[in-house]
Amino acid sequence: MIRPILHRVAQAVLVALMVGVLTFALMRSLPGDMAWRVAAGRYGYDITDAAVMEQVRHSLALDQPAALALLSWFGDLLRLDLGVSLISELPVVDEIAHQLGASVTLALTALLLSVLIGPPLGVLAGLRPGGGLDRALFALSITLRALPQFVIGLLLIYGLAIVFGLLPASGHGEAGHVVLPALTLAIGLAAVSSRVARDATVAVTSSGYYRFGETKGLRPLENFLRHGLRNIAVPIVTYLGVQLVYLIEGVVVVETLFAWPGIGHALVHAILARDVPMIQGTALVMGLMFVLLNAGVDVVCGGLDPRRRAS
Amino acid sequence: MIRPSRGQWAGVALLLLLALFALGVPQLIPGDPTRQSLSNALLPPGGPFPLGTDAFGRDMVLRLAAAIRLSLGIALLTTALAGVIGVALGVLAGACGGWVDRALCGVADTLLALPGLLLVLLLVAIAPGQFWPLYLGVSLVLWVEYFRMTRAAALRIAASPAVEASRLLGFGPVYRFRRHYWPELAPITLTVGAFGSATSVMSVAALGFVNVGVRPPTPELGQMMIELMPYYNEAPLILAQPILVVFLLVLALNLIAGGKTQ
Repeated sequence: MIRPILHRVAQAVLVALMVGVLTFALMRSLPGDMAWRVAAGRYGYDITDAAVMEQVRHSLALDQPAALALLSWFGDLLRLDLGVSLISELPVVDEIAHQLGASVTLALTALLLSVLIGPPLGVLAGLRPGGGLDRALFALSITLRALPQFVIGLLLIYGLAIVFGLLPASGHGEAGHVVLPALTLAIGLAAVSSRVARDATVAVTSSGYYRFGETKGLRPLENFLRHGLRNIAVPIVTYLGVQLVYLIEGVVVVETLFAWPGIGHALVHAILARDVPMIQGTALVMGLMFVLLNAGVDVVCGGLDPRRRAS
Repeated sequence: MIRPSRGQWAGVALLLLLALFALGVPQLIPGDPTRQSLSNALLPPGGPFPLGTDAFGRDMVLRLAAAIRLSLGIALLTTALAGVIGVALGVLAGACGGWVDRALCGVADTLLALPGLLLVLLLVAIAPGQFWPLYLGVSLVLWVEYFRMTRAAALRIAASPAVEASRLLGFGPVYRFRRHYWPELAPITLTVGAFGSATSVMSVAALGFVNVGVRPPTPELGQMMIELMPYYNEAPLILAQPILVVFLLVLALNLIAGGKTQ
């Protein structure tokens, strides 16, 4: 149990290092004068002159050497200080704390929805391989996997929000608002997890121990619950770990599409505005969220599969 | 040589069709995909504009063809770069073992620590509107998969009696690679490459969609969608075109990779 935890801690440190070095390179390679851009962003292009620019340059320590900036960033990071947004002048930690809740709500709702949609359908298809449901799901899964998340989102908006008017197309605050963005992510995830569940079901139901369960007289449902379910769950949960990449990437795109006020949305905005501390902070938190969710998958896998705990 | 399945043939045919469209259109219909003509905005398909025009009156046929060339070009370049590096390092790690293997696995693990699109986004932020961060970022994401698959196979091949005998007989590394490693690695490379190209097409479209990828007026599929989205009601057929093209591109590449889950 110690090794996987150490592995994830090491991964978290790597994420911090990578984000740090990349944003550091970003800071140094920006074309044009950073101070001017920031000053114009804060006070407007009309009243920005050389004096205001120098003041901004000084107050943000933009005139200091490069290596010092990198070192001080890591020092600040250890004290959980992510700096101040160049645009809003609010501490990055506060901004992110504000947005993190929205992103976590979206990600977890999507994960939950995908688990409710994908694996049950996959198991049903796998119990009757080659049947109508199996073939229909296969076609659907291939189609959905060829659609980028934002296209699934667009189609959902068009279908559910515009044609039928069932759900709000975008916005935040009421419970209904989370459904479309979460469903967009969930459908993409379920397209793959249903196939994994289907293959696992086929493998388990054709295995020796499952056949033996039937032979010794267990009713089909009883046999499935006692010998099937847990064995099928292991590859599904393992695969969930692989899919987390898709989830985190999806959060960036889907939040932008639905104007969902989360970290992904903030990251895209920060990139457009070249708000380096915000880019650093949001990328870092998203990376850490990825590591944390992976650690969660590790724990669930260990709980489901005693063979893993032993090894 | 493994015989391609029906699905794979269908994928190849679809991809060739799209490539033919992308390369043939500029030969048949001369014109500039960025040329605006506001009096011809949002024309339905037909007449002088076979696929209609967008909100700036730009010819959709020319724009789609240019966008496909861009997407496929980036996909080809990135998968080729990632493939050469990934396979070379994978064989190196698998065949050498020891600290070479550990060091290379460390590099791969580092890159896997961050979701791919995040890495590409950070690189794109460094030089917005330029192509090299796209190439570099997508290649960095893609080579890891090549590396891991190749390494796993190379570990097995390196331990096989055939390779051992080959080494004892005094054959050099180049011969061993050609004779023993490549025949087994080639099908893996094809599968990973097709999946990788699909990832590349999707990433570039996603970046265009969130407005941080290729800059306008260069035609790009994701960006065309976001540009046309406000007109979903007036010109649904125009908006549907880039969506359909991305779908067909990714579908073709996924079919080539094989119908199995990755």
